[in-house]
This record gives sequence, structure tokens and C-alpha cells, in this order.
Amino acid sequence: MKVTIDNISIEVEAGTTILNAARMIGGDIVPPAMCYYSKLQGSGGKCRTCLVKVSQGSEKDPRPMPKLVASCRTTVMDGMVVQNITSPEVIEARKGVVEMLLINHPLDCPVCDQAGECHLQDLGYEHGAAKTRYEFDRRTFDKIDIGDKIQLHMTRCILCYRCVFTADQITDHRIHGILNRGDHSEISTYIQKAVDNDFSGNVIDVCPVGALTDKTFRFKNRVWFTKPVEAHRDCETEGCCGKVTLWYKGEDVIRVTGRKDEYGEVEEFICNTCRFDKKKTADWVIEGPRKVSNKSVISANHYETLKPLPVVKANPLLQEANKEQFERETRL
Amino acid sequence: MGRKLLLEHINVPGINTFDVYRSKGGYASVEKALKTLSPDDVVEEVKKSGLRGRGGAGFPTGMKWSFLAKPEGVPRYLVCNGDESEPGTFKDRYLMTHIPHLLIEGMIVASYALGANTSYIYLRGEMMPQIRILERAIAEAKNAGFLGNNILGTGYDLELYVQPGGGAYICGEETALLESLEGKRGNPRIKPPFPAIAGLYGCPTVVNNVESIAAVVPIINHGGDEYAKIGIGRSTGTKLISAGGNLKRPGVYEIELGVTVEDFIYGDDYCQGIANGKRLKAVVAGGSSVPILPANLILKTINNEARLMTYESLSDGGFATGTMLGSGGFIAYDEDQCIVRNTWNFARFYHHESCGQCSPCREGTGWMEKVLHRLEFGHGKMSDMDLLVDVSKKIEGNTICPLGDAAAWPVASAIRHFRDEFEWHVTNPSVAITSNYGLAHYADPLPVLEKAEA
Repeated sequence: MKVTIDNISIEVEAGTTILNAARMIGGDIVPPAMCYYSKLQGSGGKCRTCLVKVSQGSEKDPRPMPKLVASCRTTVMDGMVVQNITSPEVIEARKGVVEMLLINHPLDCPVCDQAGECHLQDLGYEHGAAKTRYEFDRRTFDKIDIGDKIQLHMTRCILCYRCVFTADQITDHRIHGILNRGDHSEISTYIQKAVDNDFSGNVIDVCPVGALTDKTFRFKNRVWFTKPVEAHRDCETEGCCGKVTLWYKGEDVIRVTGRKDEYGEVEEFICNTCRFDKKKTADWVIEGPRKVSNKSVISANHYETLKPLPVVKANPLLQEANKEQFERETRL
Repeated sequence: MGRKLLLEHINVPGINTFDVYRSKGGYASVEKALKTLSPDDVVEEVKKSGLRGRGGAGFPTGMKWSFLAKPEGVPRYLVCNGDESEPGTFKDRYLMTHIPHLLIEGMIVASYALGANTSYIYLRGEMMPQIRILERAIAEAKNAGFLGNNILGTGYDLELYVQPGGGAYICGEETALLESLEGKRGNPRIKPPFPAIAGLYGCPTVVNNVESIAAVVPIINHGGDEYAKIGIGRSTGTKLISAGGNLKRPGVYEIELGVTVEDFIYGDDYCQGIANGKRLKAVVAGGSSVPILPANLILKTINNEARLMTYESLSDGGFATGTMLGSGGFIAYDEDQCIVRNTWNFARFYHHESCGQCSPCREGTGWMEKVLHRLEFGHGKMSDMDLLVDVSKKIEGNTICPLGDAAAWPVASAIRHFRDEFEWHVTNPSVAITSNYGLAHYADPLPVLEKAEA
């Protein structure tokens, strides 16, 4: 099936979503996604940051879709024409969504462990106005303790439901979920219970913001001062691949996470033993330094690998479309 | 007084019991449909009748039925949406309380047309008396052989269940209703797939409003063509209107679509005018989620034609000067009512009822409510009106389900038509708390439009 996104055409299989087709093209035209997670079934459609305009439904039925659609949950049709960053309407709507996401967010980035790898932070920089129009008290919640490994900051949550899907699909039982309705909705365990399961730590990796963070890494360091290294070990836990990223501060491993791709999605999920208990270099086989996207603040001052993505290199159309971004980044 | 199809026998004593209902010709449509018509014939009759969904959106019911996927070996379901929770709308509750067998009869015919052997009536949790009434009616019908196995010896089986919800407005949205019916959290599903393909338990499902299903009964009894003769244009048949607010005679009225709004408000057969000799200021014509209109625009369209109670006439003028028929929750406001307070009240409702699944609605409804609260209680600013319009625009159309639109429209329309009243709240905060703006110019005759130059 042929789909055209921001004037770039690509052939994809039937059943691919617009978002995934855009990710195959890569570059600036990929819509942001806060709630969609390709490895979690049923995720997506909620945060509305990935809204795009479908200006031609398909080859057969060229009518445009009446509303903006969530690209993560809309499958492509043959001959579909999609506008993302080329449509002012989409940019305006996305700006609106980002504003909505931020009005009740505490903006405590200076003390938040997620800062530096937070998708909401990225979105805020890209779309957010410098000032807020919201003049009321921000929403707060009663603090609840969900165990000694995972820290829950409900005020930072954007209710993407990713952690709920993770607990449903990755762990063998789910004891947390969304309670209440509307803007009182919160992640909770109902009766305070520890979220404790061999794979429960993955909720930290899937959380797009700082709502669920690693207690063993709490306030240890800013992420951009750490050195990420790819490593693996033979893990006995069933279902754990043992492939991780170690985050070093000096000689010490201060954090272990799954290996995330450029969209913040882990390649494979890891178990809690790997994540929380193996914090010595001797536990791991080091593979080499981790390649961090040059967009990320983590790679601030590391810009020796600035090259266009391989997919962009091969396609003159893509080179043209990403020209501005490439120039901006190589200027450094 | 127009023709009555649904509420014809509403004043007969004991019409809520099977025997009286049957003696008044009840269940004739079941006999007619099951014995003489094929399921496709029934769908065809409903299509011919031009019946449009009575729940609010006005989608043609026959068309909806014909979209139902019919794969082999998969059960199909009919679900009746009795979650009626729109502020201002109470017609379904009235119908179910007083003439429950009409709904049961409609359910049997509609289920037969769709090939459903299990059907559900989903009711809002607060409607406990209606649940008991319907369950008794179902038991009576079953006793008389109109439900259960081999109905009337035709070989058609149907089980009917009443399922109470938890009392959430959002569960009136069809996919949230299905989630709730399955026993899950009532979050709207992301469409596609539509319920006609994958609805209840992943099976093809049709969700219809109580009144739409009840209207199938007269359609089968009199024939689709006969039904289509009532009404004007694409608005056929009769419609229950729940008239409320400052009317002399509020209540549920069955009107033929096409009555003028003026006649409906002031006519002797209908509401008989505004209570206590006051003057009309504004009208919400179809339940809280449709745009509010000032008196002059509700009685006349922008072209100075009389506005009629039809889907088309009420929406004449689009969002600029029109509204919608919606679910028929007709709320009239007299000159003593404060539009700002009313808008705040609606916003508060949507804030409370937003499911919290998608961000624009979850955050935006609360934001609008807070700004409106500030305006109503005298702490507003002149920039608040533009802020509200902007926030409502950012919600509208960007959400999973229509609740976002429903929350945005009343706010946007109130500011569009009553901006000076909002401004008055900002400039006279202390006066605005104790008294209100009054009628002002909202009932003045519309300016005569200059003829567009040829």
C-alpha cells in the first residue's frame, strides 16, 4: 500500500498505522506519541499529540477525513495522503494538546529524575508557549507508596495508560490501575499495595514522563551527567532478555534500564533482578558505549556522529524534507 | 394537536401492565413482523420510514441497521441505550416508566430484524424504579410467550436483559456503554472499528436509543411509508420533546416534527408560554450539549423564516446562528436567568463527567469550568471570553468521543450570542453577584438581512 505523508511516499504493508508508516520514513515528519507504545497491544489514541490530517482517504475514496485523526490508531489505506507538519491545522491542534497536558503538570523538571529523557519536556520545548494561560492551582493528589522499587509521582502523570497495559501484558498480574474519572483520575493500587512482580519495573521504562521513576536511582544524578553503556548478562528469569543499558557515574552503575530506541520504546523488556539488583560492573558483559540521539540532552557536547539517518541518505526526497533539521543540527 | 404514535395510550389506566397494553393493540407489530415479514423486510420498512436516531446524533436508524456485519457463526447483539443522562432530557425515562411494554415490543421487533437472540437494555444506575418496571414487563411478556424460546411458534428465540450502569454520563456514548456492559471501566473505545463490526464482546452490535426502538413499533404497524408522511423533509415521524425550564407547562410532549418553535413554546397544545408572565430570553433546544440560542434566533432563522422543530431547521445557520435538535431536551430560560451561571453549570457537569481518557477533554473541561466559575463570581477578566473560545476550539474535534464537542459547544455558543452579558459580569462584578443582566436585546427582532447582491 502506498501512503504519502507530508509529500513523501512510502510502500507499507496493509494494517500499518499512519504513525508507523511515518516512523519508517523517519525524520521530522514523525508525529510525537505520548501514549502509543508499539510493544503494548491496545495502547494509543488517548494523548492526542499524534493527531494528523488525512487530506485524501484512499485511492478509491479520495474524500478527506472530517476530523484530525490519531495517527497511532488509524491504519493506512492505499493512496492515503496525510499531512503532519505541513498542515497548520495539525500544528495548532498539537499545540493545544501540549498546552492541555501542561496546565496541570507540576513543571518540577529541576528536581525530576525523568528530566532529560522526558517526552513531555521535549514536546513542551517544541510546541509550548513560554508562558501559561492557566491561572489556577494545579491539581494535586494524595501521595501513595507503591513499594520500595518504584516511585509514583501522580502529579506528573499524563494518564497515558501505558503502565496499565504493561502490567496487563508483561507481568502475570496487575494490581494497579486508573481510579476515578476525569481530571481526578489517578494511577493507584486502590488499597495501598506494593507493585511487586518480576517485571513490574518495566512500568518505569514505559512511562513517558516522570510519574513512575526508579527509587534506586532517585536523586542520584542528572541523566545527562551519566554515561550510558550497552551491556548484557545471562538472566535466569524466564522471559527476560538480559539486554540492558547501564548508566554509569564514574565507576558505579547507578541505574539499569531497558534499551530504548529513538522513540523511547524499549527493544525488549527486562526483569526486576536485572534492573534493581545487578548494579556491579562484574555482573555484566559490556558491549560498548550507547549511541544516544544527537537530539537528546544526554548527548550534549557529543556531536561527532552527526550524519543523516541511513534512510534519509538513500532518498533524495527525504533529504530535501529533512534539510532544515539537518542543517540546524550540524550547525552546532 | 398532532398525531400521537408513541404516547397514544399513555393516559389509559394500567397501560404499564401487559394485559391492558395488549388490549390496546400492543404487540401487534411483533405478530406482524415475526409472522409475515422477513428480517430484511423489517429493516427495509425502517429505512423507508426515514426514522433518525433519537438519541442526539440523528443518524438514520435503517441505515445503521443495514451496516451491521453478519458473519456466520458469530452472535449479533442489539443494545438499547437507556443511559439518558443529558441535562434537560427526560423523555426515555418517562416512556419507560409509563409504557414499558412499548420498549419491549420495539426490542423484539428490532432484535428480529437484526437477527439478535440476546438483547440488552442498558439503563443508567439511578433509574432503579425503571429497572424494576422493565423487569416486570419482561417477565409478563415472557409469560405471554413474546420472549424466550420459539416466540409465537415462529422459531425465533430472544432473551432480553436489563443491565443497570453505574450512573456515568459517558456511558451513554455507545462504545463506552458497551465497555460498561462488558463489566469494564466505561471509557469510550477508539473507532474504528465501529460497533456494527466489533461491538459487544467483539461481536457485531447495534446500539439504539430507547425512543428509536419504540418508534419501530408504529413503523411496523402502519408501514414505513405511512410513518414517513409525518414530518417535513428528512425529519420524519414524531419526536418526544422533554420541555423544561421556565415554561408554563413543562413535560414530555410528542410532537410531529415540523411544528414551529414558536407554536411549541406558546401554543395551547404544548407549553403555553413562559411561566409567571415573563419573557423568553434563551433556549437550549436539544439537551445541554447543543448550542444555546437567544430568543430572537430560536424563533426565527437568520433569514427571518420561522424556525421549525426539525433536524434541518434547528441546525439552519450552522454554528453561527443555529443549534441542533439533539436528544430533544428543550430548556427555556426567562429574562431572570443568568446565562453565565447556566454556562458555568453546564461546564461543571462536563468537567465532572469527562472520563479522563484523552487529554484535551480531561484538562480542558476543568479549565473552562474554572474560568467560568471565576466569571460568574465576579473575578473575571475581559480576556477570559477569548480564552474560553480558544480552549473550546482546542477541545472540539480533537477528542476520542463526542463528549469533548458536547462540552465545547455550549460554552462557545454562549459567548458567541451572549458576549455582552459575559462582559457585564466583568465590568460590574459586584452587581453581577446579586442581580442579573436581564433580557437586554436578546428578544429583539432580527435585523432584516440585506439581500445579497445578484
